[in-house]
Amino acid sequence: MKRLLVFLKDYKKETVLAPLFKLLEASFELMIPLVVAAIVDQGIGQGNLNYVYKAGGIMILLGIIGLIAAVSAQFFAAKAAVGFATGLRSALFQHIQSLSYTEIDQVGTSTLITRLTSDVNQVQSGVNMTLRLLLRSPFIVFGAMIMAFTVDVKAALVFVGVIPLLCIVVFGIMVLTMPMYKLVQKRLDEVLALTRENLTGIRVIRAFHKEKEEIEKFKKSNEELTEIQLGVGKVSALMNPVTYVIINLGLVLLIYFGAIQVDAGHLTQGQVIALINYISQILVELIKMANLIVLITKALSSANRLSNIFDISSSMTENGDASIQEEKEIPILEFENVGFCYAGAGEDSLSNIDFSVYKGETVGIIGGTGSGKSTLVNLIPRFYDATSGQVLYHGKSIGEYNLEELRGRIGVVPQKAVLFKGTIKSNLQWGNEKASDEELEEALKVSQAKEFVEKLDKYLDAPVAQGGKNFSGGQRQRLTIARAMVRKPEILILDDSTSALDYATDARLRAELKARKESMTTFIVSQRTSSIQFADKIIVLEDGKIVGLGTHKYLLEHCEVYQEIYDSQYQNPEEEEGADE
Amino acid sequence: MNKKSTLKKVLKRIEKYRLLVVLSLLMAAATVILTLYLPILTGEAVDGIVAKGLVNFTGLFKILKTMVAVLVATAVFQWLMNIINNHITYHVVQDIRREAFEKLEKLPLKYVDSHSYGDIVSRMIADVDQFAEGLLMGFTQLFTGLLTIVGTLFFMFDINVKIALVVVLLTPLSLFVAGFIAKRTYTMFKKQSETRGEQTSLIEEMVGNLKVVKAFGHEDENQENFDEINGRLQKYSLDAIFYSSLVNPCTRFINSMIYAGVGITGAISALNGGISVGQLTCFLSYANQYTKPFNEISGVITELQNALACAARVFELIEEEPEVPEKKDAVILENANGEITLEHVYFSYTADKKLIQDFNLSVKPGQRIAIVGPTGCGKTTLINLLMRFYDVNEGKISVDGNEIRDITRGSLRTNYGMVLQDTWIRGGTVKDNIVIGKPDATMEEIIAAAKASRAHDFIKRLPQGYDTVLGEEGGNLSQGQKQLLCITRVMLCLPPMLILDEATSSIDTRTEIKIQQAFAKMMEGRTSFIVAHRLSTIREADIILVMKDGNIIEQGSHEELLAQNGFYAELYNSQFAG
Repeated sequence: MKRLLVFLKDYKKETVLAPLFKLLEASFELMIPLVVAAIVDQGIGQGNLNYVYKAGGIMILLGIIGLIAAVSAQFFAAKAAVGFATGLRSALFQHIQSLSYTEIDQVGTSTLITRLTSDVNQVQSGVNMTLRLLLRSPFIVFGAMIMAFTVDVKAALVFVGVIPLLCIVVFGIMVLTMPMYKLVQKRLDEVLALTRENLTGIRVIRAFHKEKEEIEKFKKSNEELTEIQLGVGKVSALMNPVTYVIINLGLVLLIYFGAIQVDAGHLTQGQVIALINYISQILVELIKMANLIVLITKALSSANRLSNIFDISSSMTENGDASIQEEKEIPILEFENVGFCYAGAGEDSLSNIDFSVYKGETVGIIGGTGSGKSTLVNLIPRFYDATSGQVLYHGKSIGEYNLEELRGRIGVVPQKAVLFKGTIKSNLQWGNEKASDEELEEALKVSQAKEFVEKLDKYLDAPVAQGGKNFSGGQRQRLTIARAMVRKPEILILDDSTSALDYATDARLRAELKARKESMTTFIVSQRTSSIQFADKIIVLEDGKIVGLGTHKYLLEHCEVYQEIYDSQYQNPEEEEGADE
Repeated sequence: MNKKSTLKKVLKRIEKYRLLVVLSLLMAAATVILTLYLPILTGEAVDGIVAKGLVNFTGLFKILKTMVAVLVATAVFQWLMNIINNHITYHVVQDIRREAFEKLEKLPLKYVDSHSYGDIVSRMIADVDQFAEGLLMGFTQLFTGLLTIVGTLFFMFDINVKIALVVVLLTPLSLFVAGFIAKRTYTMFKKQSETRGEQTSLIEEMVGNLKVVKAFGHEDENQENFDEINGRLQKYSLDAIFYSSLVNPCTRFINSMIYAGVGITGAISALNGGISVGQLTCFLSYANQYTKPFNEISGVITELQNALACAARVFELIEEEPEVPEKKDAVILENANGEITLEHVYFSYTADKKLIQDFNLSVKPGQRIAIVGPTGCGKTTLINLLMRFYDVNEGKISVDGNEIRDITRGSLRTNYGMVLQDTWIRGGTVKDNIVIGKPDATMEEIIAAAKASRAHDFIKRLPQGYDTVLGEEGGNLSQGQKQLLCITRVMLCLPPMLILDEATSSIDTRTEIKIQQAFAKMMEGRTSFIVAHRLSTIREADIILVMKDGNIIEQGSHEELLAQNGFYAELYNSQFAG
């Protein structure tokens, strides 16, 4: 919670003023009965009609001042709470964006989304209500207790018994329900995850005709959510009745002790009435407070969930300050005995990876499904840090560089072609926001996307739907390649990102890349030997280990795995045709 | 959608629980009556404490005992009422969420393809949540509030009709103010809800693809966009929260004016000897009791405004036009032979961009149809039509002589085994992911399917084998491994027809050949549609459909098409050129 309070910092004034105005309003509220008493005693008692009008005027004046104070209090509270939530949300989004791949894998997307939305909203209403009511209620409760002491110390001892008891009940229920509210949010996460899954997998679900089963599944998850909501409801519903009982038992005791005191002549009837009034005032405030406590408990459990996210810090050092020094003799990239194991996975995904690459070289990476190809290239822009050994860039460990600067020099085309809502232009400018239209066109030309983009109605300004849903898989791949090219990267990584391209397009793309060989080192991960056979170096992976390293020609002669891969796909069409007939 | 109709819809959903609502009302009535009775008892007790030595202890004990009984009873009723209210609210909410989800499963693909996931998610989660809060508050405070008003009215009229009338006539003023503010805030809440939806969309998109975001160092731009929406949200939220929170002070102000009014007129009539001082004090305290629930109710009303604005967004989703309902006499297709005909089919996603026009195709059972064409030529459109994800605009598609619109969607779709290029892995174990199409499969069947699809090897090496829990979207599995899992799913069901859309694009070719063998065995006697660009696969097809720009431009066997020397020939020759 402390962690989150920082976001009230910019609203110090409002945070202080809101409860102050609320107290002001409460004070005026407490004054009204005094004025009424005056009307009764002096106005009616002395038959003074003028006094009645005057006192009536004062009451109206008090009402107006009260209104102004109340409106100010609401305004400051709302401003502070909303401002707080805005700052919190922004910081949380920033923090989530700073997490590295490892943490993203561990935490999961759905829960991050609920935390950014539902949990922040909970905390916002918590803050708002706290500012409005938290000071006011204890002010009246303790104020009434003090007033009771001025009436009669002995009878007032009832208050001393009752109030701590109330505190225990209120806090007890709070402590009891807090973990339950946390569970509610967790179940909500699950409902959200299921909803998301059904949106992303809608085609598969319908293809298998599993709509009914999904509904059943959702029903179950939804019912579990309801169940825990009802469970926590049962406990928190105790708050009001229990406080009611305690207070009124106090009242009964008060009447009893009062009666004894009156009988003994230590108190008058009027004084007993005054004491009763004070205890009723406490009751009214406590009912308000009970609702507030429920809200605060919810907000606190959400705040806890938010703190947990803030507690996860990126496992990656980002602020290296090594300067990049290019030297021809030093390889641009070098893997030294690199090993890698995903967090929570049993086996190493990569082990003993050793190779070096010089500027301008094209490196092909090939191997079986799950052999570690993507994992290997993911280590280059430091999406993950190697768990053993090191990766060197221009002779220095990549950890020594500033992460942003390092990534800025690398263009990555991920396997999953993701585009974002916006336009072609806005998507391409992800590569470089300052790129001119000419540069964008050039990138489109390289990636073989120009042809179809030109046919679009608005050309570069043509809209792109979320995820690029309005483009086909192949079009998306070409656009993601263009996006990486806009960056004019020093190192280009194509992570099996031409799989949806037909051969002719793929070949034209490779020719374009070849023409830029001077300034760009290229890594091509592929299933097809045809995509990488012209590479300067080919790395053959099998079960996370390098089993072959060299040129196409060399590997064909010396690497059994490579031969198998080659044989499995590259056969002379005429030969094959003959075999078929 | 206006407020009234939303309210009607909410009430319709509450109707199911009307018995509980009645029970809740009874509890509320009991609570209120007992709460109003307690001060009377207190008064009687106080009346017994007259002065020194004049206290009637036996009478007092009797009253105090009644008081204890009354207050315990009040607490019990109140607790029960709360529980009932919780029960109603959370069940209504559960029903609404389920309804929304059921609709989700029935929505045309067109809706889902053209809406952001984040917005749909936000409607189902955040909006429903907000609605629950408002509804619960409504239940707990609206009934008791109303009943307290009725109760105190009764007592007031009992004391003095004239002054009671003054109070009654003045109260509409506070209701008017509350209503006035509520009307204005409804649009503000709606705006807040919409902006929240927009923000959730952005969050969904960017957090969902955080890895790409980080690869391009796009965090700062995202932050800017986020902060822009966040800023707007701040403004709308502040408006909504502040203006709605005005209701309470304003009605309270009006109430204190009423209180002052009663005080002054009461004092004047006391001066004229109309009422006694004691009656006036009593009156004032009741006037206070009477106006307090108005404050609460006005608070509830703003909360309900917000709730209704949120509910309206969920109902929008629930009322979205579902897929065209199945015909009553729709045929259940069982084990199709796989004879498929397309006659004069016309289709386009949007009216202004024509795609498939007058397309005819006749497929005999067991034939293999390859769909080829340059990247982005609309190959998946055909799959959308075959699976009836989209309906044709004109013409008809038939399976085994039945037009597919006469077949139940479920049976049509389950007759196809479909593997798409975009893999979909759900949170759960490896096994859960495989058995989607056949939940009662035995472990032997699962392993046999995984062996056929070559997934067994890697699954075996996962920490807990088939019971390894995969995170959202498959966690650390490679793209190829995910495709293997998707193929295993289909291998397990062995449906009579197949659709493979670049199903092996991320799988290495050695494995692929082995899978192809399994597929070939599987496809014997099975009609299959294959989108591929590996020509070896294509050449073996019985019919090749060549697509370009969304149209089928050539159709025939490999030899026929080569002889035509058209677009296919050009494509074919280009493959081995580079």
